[in-house]
Amino acid sequence: MPRAKARIRILSLFTLLFCSETALGELGINFPTPAAPVAQEIYDVHMLTMRITTVLLIIVFSFILYSIFFHRKSRGYQADQHFHETWFGNWSWIFVPAMVLAVDLTIANSAQKTLEKIWVVPKDEKLMDLKVIGHQWWWEFEYLDHDIKVESRYTPEEKAGDLYLREVDKRLVLPTNTRIRFLHTSADVLHAFWVPELGFKKDAIPGYVTETWAEITREGVFRGQCAELCGTWHSRMPLVVEAVSQEQFNSWVEEQKTLKVAALAEASADKVWSKEDLFEKGKGLYNSKCSACHQITGLGLPPAFPALKGSPIATGSISEHLKIVLNGKEGTAMQPWNSLNYLEIASIITYERNAWGNDTGDVVQPADVNAAR
Amino acid sequence: MTTAEHGHHDYYIPDASPWPIIAMLSVFLLLCGTALAINDVGFGIWLVVIGLIMLSVMFFGWFGDVVKENLTDCYNAQVDRSFRQGMLWFIASEVFFFISFFGALFYIRNIALPWLGGVGYLGATNELLYNQFTAQWPSAGPDNVGGGFTPMGAWGIPAMNTLILLTSGATVTWAHWGLKINSHRQLVAGLGATIALGLLFVILQAWEYSHAYHELNLTLNSGVYGSTFYMLTGFHGFHVTMGAIMLMAIMVRAMKGHFSPHNHFAFEAVAWYWHFVDVVWLGLFVFVYWL
Amino acid sequence: MSTATLAPANDHEHHGPPRGMRRWLMSTNHKDIGTMYLIFALVMLFLGGASAMLIRAELFMPGLQLLEPDLYNNLVTNHALIMIFGAVMPAAAGLANWMIPLMIGAPDMALPRMNNLSFWILPAAATMLMLSFVVPFFPGGGSQINTGWTLYPPLSLQVGMSMDFLIFAIHLLGISSVLASINIIVTIFNMRAPGMNLMQMPIFVWTWLVTAFLLILVVPVLAGGVTMLLFDRHFGTSFFNAAGGGDPVLFQHLFWFFGHPEVYVLILPSFGVLASIIPTFARKPLFGYKSLVGSMIAIMFIGMVVWAHHQYTIGMSLAAVSYFMIGTIIISIPVGLMVFNYIATMWRGSMTFETPMLFAVAILLMFSFGGLTGIMLAVVPADMQYHDSMFVVAHFHYVLLPGAVFGLFAGVFYWLPKWTGNMYDERLAKIFFWINVIGFNLTFFPQHFLGLAGMPRRIIDYNIMFTEFNMVSSVGAMIFGLSHLLLLYIIIKTIRGGKPASARVWEGANGLEWELPSPPPFHSWTTAPQIK
Ligand code: HEA
Ligand code: HEA
Ligand code: HEC
Ligand code: CUA
Ligand SMILES: [Cu+2]
Repeated sequence: MPRAKARIRILSLFTLLFCSETALGELGINFPTPAAPVAQEIYDVHMLTMRITTVLLIIVFSFILYSIFFHRKSRGYQADQHFHETWFGNWSWIFVPAMVLAVDLTIANSAQKTLEKIWVVPKDEKLMDLKVIGHQWWWEFEYLDHDIKVESRYTPEEKAGDLYLREVDKRLVLPTNTRIRFLHTSADVLHAFWVPELGFKKDAIPGYVTETWAEITREGVFRGQCAELCGTWHSRMPLVVEAVSQEQFNSWVEEQKTLKVAALAEASADKVWSKEDLFEKGKGLYNSKCSACHQITGLGLPPAFPALKGSPIATGSISEHLKIVLNGKEGTAMQPWNSLNYLEIASIITYERNAWGNDTGDVVQPADVNAAR
Repeated sequence: MTTAEHGHHDYYIPDASPWPIIAMLSVFLLLCGTALAINDVGFGIWLVVIGLIMLSVMFFGWFGDVVKENLTDCYNAQVDRSFRQGMLWFIASEVFFFISFFGALFYIRNIALPWLGGVGYLGATNELLYNQFTAQWPSAGPDNVGGGFTPMGAWGIPAMNTLILLTSGATVTWAHWGLKINSHRQLVAGLGATIALGLLFVILQAWEYSHAYHELNLTLNSGVYGSTFYMLTGFHGFHVTMGAIMLMAIMVRAMKGHFSPHNHFAFEAVAWYWHFVDVVWLGLFVFVYWL
Repeated sequence: MSTATLAPANDHEHHGPPRGMRRWLMSTNHKDIGTMYLIFALVMLFLGGASAMLIRAELFMPGLQLLEPDLYNNLVTNHALIMIFGAVMPAAAGLANWMIPLMIGAPDMALPRMNNLSFWILPAAATMLMLSFVVPFFPGGGSQINTGWTLYPPLSLQVGMSMDFLIFAIHLLGISSVLASINIIVTIFNMRAPGMNLMQMPIFVWTWLVTAFLLILVVPVLAGGVTMLLFDRHFGTSFFNAAGGGDPVLFQHLFWFFGHPEVYVLILPSFGVLASIIPTFARKPLFGYKSLVGSMIAIMFIGMVVWAHHQYTIGMSLAAVSYFMIGTIIISIPVGLMVFNYIATMWRGSMTFETPMLFAVAILLMFSFGGLTGIMLAVVPADMQYHDSMFVVAHFHYVLLPGAVFGLFAGVFYWLPKWTGNMYDERLAKIFFWINVIGFNLTFFPQHFLGLAGMPRRIIDYNIMFTEFNMVSSVGAMIFGLSHLLLLYIIIKTIRGGKPASARVWEGANGLEWELPSPPPFHSWTTAPQIK
């Protein structure tokens, strides 16, 4: 982070309200510049209320400051003992509320108009449906119209550098100028999808689906993060949206589909894998999918997350081990890993049973997983 | 307040009393013990037992002091009013405790379940997650948690219990009339009848629970229906039991002749409590069993 | 002891306080109980503050500095609960205990033994709260409470045994508040000096009357909510589980049905203190007594029907959010009227600025600011961005500290001479005021920007783009935190001695409490004062 920018940001602290809005956004003092009409509407209503409240604040402050400067004993000011009995004293209880009400209604009215424009997802046109599933602690995006799934996890500090906690391994790629309906849900606890440039924040509630929408108007990379406390690594759920043109999006979709077919073919082949191959595959998968809880070292973070190194399950019976990975454990953060295919599960388990000194020597093949399910 | 009413002596301020702190210690032990016990920590249950014993000693001691003070004529009319108002607001807070459960029932039946079933604002829920599920009350949710069950009908035991509680409401009032005309016999008979009816209610309720568990497969785990059913009726049943115990204490005191037509706050407090329990039951009957 | 309790009522004047531990453990005296409440609150302020200091120290720089993520969230949870239930509410209850009988000319609270109970439950509750914090550090203690003070399921279903301790602690806190509220209501209705009608009571007494009603109405709902949580955790019910037909959001409704009125519970007693202080130092009668009473009652009713503004993002229908938005914004009318009346009381007064008055002015300025950010939050579309960001944290500390905590500080300085019979050190107190106010603004003002720029709340670690403001905030917090050591010093110094205070400590003070000597006799008004 350049030093100069930091200094400017501190300096412009107090000049926020009536200055050039976009510049302030870039400095990290106000909302970032909207990238969707919904966000723009929200931005406008935010600036409006902020200005109204600033004016109110100035009024309140002026009265208080005026009176504490002038109506003080040390200046010899005599208290007006009958002030509360004047016409003002008798009627202020009615016209003060009336004035406040007028301001309130102004605010509420413009907010209501905005709400009517943005709240309900416009369903009449062709929408692109995107299912967003929050997990502890990663995001899953399901492109319902294209039959593609993307798993998105934070990038560790070594790789992400200055973008640490703002960067992910697989971004959410979205086309511009298309209406997208986000269908939010969760696999475990509450999460919330929040990318400020797109405007809406919405909770992901397990067992329910909530909706938002956006029509992205400019290409770019927009960053946000999970905004509902979801446990230990709530801070490690960044969201990165990459908005691209429709053509680029289409070719991205094709690419994903090819990849998916290839992965499927690899997994479903009745191939018997060598221990080394499974171990290597498993290591990569483990480090990206399981290490958030059980740690790269396999030591976990007890008591919340058990160590797998030397764990009775990971060194004991294979079927128990398979069971907990396939079915999860209800009431804990350990979820059923339905998103993994047999090959992936087989390789992760093989890895776990042979890494960190768990030298069981066991090899689990995709077919074993198939049998266990 | 007039000076005549202000009475012959001042507002009674009790001296330092050990009971509050004992009460505190006993609930502390009780709750710590429960927290441990429900997490399978062995010694928790002993804390619960000690807590309960201390709690009952405390009740005897504290109320014993109050009774003694009352009998030695420490209280003037103003103190009596303090007690009455205190009891009234206590009941008001209890009402809101029940409102939270009724509110939950209302929310689940009229808002959450329809969403799950695809009606109303969160319609996509059904489309994406449960397209086999249609919401209708009673329900154990999309996953039919706890397995299939038969809901509890309104017109068997529950209707009978309604009658029982209504009658018991009448019998306490009859006892109160007795007290007012200084008829000791009517007072004791009225109280006795009320206690008997209260116990009958509790017994029938217990029988109903066992019927539900054994024949209807309706358990605490039967989805939201089971949850709301048992929480509402359970907390109500708990209150009836407490009310019945309070009535018994009052009956003992009535037999000892503690009450006079003008001085019987304790009786009235318990009677109010009983009526409150009664009214809650009516709500239960309508919203839990009937509709 | 039972013989002692049977002592005839009349010879109270003859003996002073009971001696030794009995005086405190078994007290039935409103002043002693009030003192215990206040000391308890001060201890809790330091505990809650210490966790806040750890939070701010962790947030000083990006990266994991001092804490583990679960410990961080455990501290956040504990910080909020201790501050709200342990510091602010007991302190306000302490003021109520001390001042209400004095102000309405009563000998004591209406139900003195119960008064003792409602106090002594608090240390038990606080112990359970502490247990819920430390249990996970013992073998077999399960995981830490990483849910924040809102305890939303399903996350709170994943937590270990410590959550059960917390649930029971909340039950105890609830029992304590409900009992205290009953006592206060009964005292106010039944113990006023002959001739004092409701509309002659000091506003402080009114604020507590309304507060007590609010507590009686909403605390049991919280108790019900956490009870359901307990059952979902251990007994297989499905209140908050969609698979069984429940809804996690139901808990949020129950929580905020309590939680929103709770913020007025925190604020009203402090506003009552302002109504005592401002007229005193403006040397001029309170402006708008009736409209203050009316506003409070309005706050109570409106406050109870706008809870869902904490949940705009849960997916409510357009009609529902519009309703909650308008209701919430409308609250600015009664609150604005209260603020207005206080300003009008200052207006054309003959003001001096002793420490209580300094705090009062600071409250008016800073609370208005916090309230206005509240209005911004109430605007649904904008809250789609603000929600669960540091902007919210900034908002509520601006209303909680200036609104509630500073009001209590002001009250303590105002009445300390009355309680102890000694004047406090005015010079030190003013130094404390300035450090405190400056430190406060340094801490929380920058958090607005953090929120707008996209920093969520309750995160232990953040991207470097948020560094500068967090540093400012943390430095401010250290200044702010340390300033409280000065407060402690001033209070202890005053208790131990100082210039003797007269009965009517302040030149412009009015009200029954100033007609008793400083400190007042053990039994306040053994004969009821005459009300003109
Ligand atoms: C003492 C505590 C207190 C007080 C008094 C308030 C007062 C208000 N609060 Fe605040 N609030 C909290 C404590 C408090 N709040 C807490 C703790 C949270 C977060 C909880 C959590 O999530 O952990 C919160 C969160 C919170 C939210 C949810 C934000 C979110 O999570 O997304 C909202 C949204 O509407 C809100 C609104 C308001 C409003 C409208 C008021 C109003 O009452 C303010 C009224 C006051 C004024 C308006 C100023 C004075 C008036 C005038 C100067 C007159 C002129 C004014 C106008 C014409 C508008 N608050
Ligand atoms: C009345 C309520 C109250 C009070 C008084 C405070 C006081 C303070 N709060 Fe708190 N706070 C809440 C209620 C309150 N808070 C709530 C409800 C939350 C939300 C929780 C949640 O998300 O679930 C919250 C959350 C919260 C957060 C957000 C955490 C997060 O979301 O990640 C932060 C971070 O800055 C914070 C800071 C502070 C600070 C610095 C103080 C300071 O004012 C504290 C000052 C006091 C002292 C410091 C004590 C006395 C001094 C000493 C002990 C001296 C020695 C100390 C040293 C300097 C080392 N609070
Ligand atoms: C969100 C956190 C989280 C993630 C991610 C996670 N787990 Fe777990 N895991 C847990 C928790 C919590 C438990 C403890 C469950 C219990 O209480 O028995 C657990 C338990 C286990 C156990 C049993 C260990 C024992 O000794 O009890 C195994 C094996 C396991 N997980 C494997 C995996 C694998 C394989 C993955 C990745 C594909 C994974 N976990 C990802 C949280 C997680
Ligand atoms: Cu996911 Cu926070
Ligand atoms: Cu609120």
